[in-house]
Amino acid sequence: MASIKEHFEIPGRYKQWSLGLIGVGVLSLIIGFILYGTKDQGTRFWSALLQNSVYFLLIVNAAMFFFCATTLAMGGFQMAFRRVTEAISASVIPIGIITFIVLMCLVFGGHTAIYEWLDPAAVAKYKDLSAKSGFLSKGFFTTYTILTIGLWSVLGYKMRQISRSIDDTPLSIEEGKKYIFKNTVWAALYIVWFALTVASVVPWLWLMSLNAHWFSTMYSWYTFASTFVSGMALITIFVIYLKNQGYLEYVNEEHLHDLGKFQFAFSIFWTYLWFDQFMLIWYANISEETIYFKTRFEGAYQGIFYLNLIINFVAPLLILMKRGSKRNWGTVTFMSVLLIFGHWLDLYQMVFGSTSPNTVPLNLFDFGLALGFVGLIMLQTGRVLSKFPMVAKNHPFLKESIIHHT
Amino acid sequence: MAVKKFVVGVFTDEKVLFPAVKKVRSAGYKIHDVYTPMPIHGLDHAMGLRETSLHTAGFIYGITGTTTALSCIGWIFNSDWPLNFGGKSHFDLPAWIPITFELTVLFSAVGMVLTFCYLCQLAPFVRKHHFNLRATDDQFTMVIECTEKTNEAEVSSFLQSVGAVNINTQVAETGWWLGRYDTDKLPYNTQGLN
Repeated sequence: MASIKEHFEIPGRYKQWSLGLIGVGVLSLIIGFILYGTKDQGTRFWSALLQNSVYFLLIVNAAMFFFCATTLAMGGFQMAFRRVTEAISASVIPIGIITFIVLMCLVFGGHTAIYEWLDPAAVAKYKDLSAKSGFLSKGFFTTYTILTIGLWSVLGYKMRQISRSIDDTPLSIEEGKKYIFKNTVWAALYIVWFALTVASVVPWLWLMSLNAHWFSTMYSWYTFASTFVSGMALITIFVIYLKNQGYLEYVNEEHLHDLGKFQFAFSIFWTYLWFDQFMLIWYANISEETIYFKTRFEGAYQGIFYLNLIINFVAPLLILMKRGSKRNWGTVTFMSVLLIFGHWLDLYQMVFGSTSPNTVPLNLFDFGLALGFVGLIMLQTGRVLSKFPMVAKNHPFLKESIIHHT
Repeated sequence: MAVKKFVVGVFTDEKVLFPAVKKVRSAGYKIHDVYTPMPIHGLDHAMGLRETSLHTAGFIYGITGTTTALSCIGWIFNSDWPLNFGGKSHFDLPAWIPITFELTVLFSAVGMVLTFCYLCQLAPFVRKHHFNLRATDDQFTMVIECTEKTNEAEVSSFLQSVGAVNINTQVAETGWWLGRYDTDKLPYNTQGLN
């Protein structure tokens, strides 16, 4: 234990990079506002903000889902790098606040070109919108968004606090059992809330309601799978970076192999859900359902549609299939970056395919915003990592992680 | 058919078996195989066995299944018996994906099971020599192959020193032969080899 480096010292370059990326993000925001902020209700500007903030909120939240789910499953292998996932999940608070501001600006700024259900005339005109008006209303949207982001932040804070509470007190066997039980209860609360948010209502409210007339029962699971893969990729990148810097002495190829397996397995899971949603709609060929794929499969988004499949299905399937590539630090890093970009693109077509159906307005503004969020995640994660010990050294399952092998 | 002579050491504890395997290997004896009642994690590494190529075989069976499904459905729906399903084109790939997926899984699963049985020489009416019947119950059995230069007594005492509780010498066929386990007819003669 003596040789373990407990605290992350933020390297100067790391700090410069994160602040630089945030600078790029803020600059893009300002330029974007000048260019697009007032044109056509600012639809282009606000869609980009919506896509980026929701995407990055969901992927840092996926880190929290990862450690709560492994806690519930009595998993041990993740203990060597669990503090990293906890640090990433701390970004839920700042990005949650940004997302909340963006969503409230959309709802109370009267952006009817983005959320059609905000328009009272449209609700009165279309029967399906008036039938859904209890769900798709300003009141419900706001309440549920506050509850979602608030409870994610509170439960995440509680989980991190429980984890840190035993850093200075070695546990006896009895205390250890109690500690694990307490962890399980709080993780279970989070998982239930996760099921009610990411796995069901939140993608309906935030993203699916961009096409207010259209619905798909696969949509939430599809969003979840997309963000979980990229969340695992984000965790992997941080673990590999810290390992490169000489931290996380307990992490070895066995842990990397498991992270790679998660990326591989959930990429296949994503494809399964993606294909389910697509094929059923394509096969039934009912016009009120196919409207969603009209712009994506045949229209302006055709290129992104196929690119999405190649990056998020074909590439992980072929590259990560071999055992050797899941144990290779370089390959896994490459795939992690590729998957984060791929699922960012997936969310891009989910949002822009609805708000800008005829053209693909992808340009540097979108990438600039994305880099800003990356910088924010880097800054917040680095800050939390440097404040608290990087290894939960008194956790009862730590040894299981040290001797872990596949 | 290769009839060989073996020194068989029986262990009762997994914790003794692991260091014993390492010591026997570093002493330079040739381990024929280790028989255990249950799979033991990491024993293959300790014995220095190479990585299995079963998954490569599985991949090849899988792509065979994919190709079979796509070419078969493609041929049926495009040239053999073209039908109009709800106005879809004859070459409608998304509709084929479920069956392609199923055939990929089926080919790789069945193929891998059969390959596994082949590699382990498992089949009905295929018989192999059992060095210790309790290897299927509660004992761990390490079998060391004797060459012309091997000193049997030395191997036995070495096995004893690393913790074997029961040591004996057996002459046995290494391969398989057609036969049943309820009959006791051996296809080879063990006389004169001791």
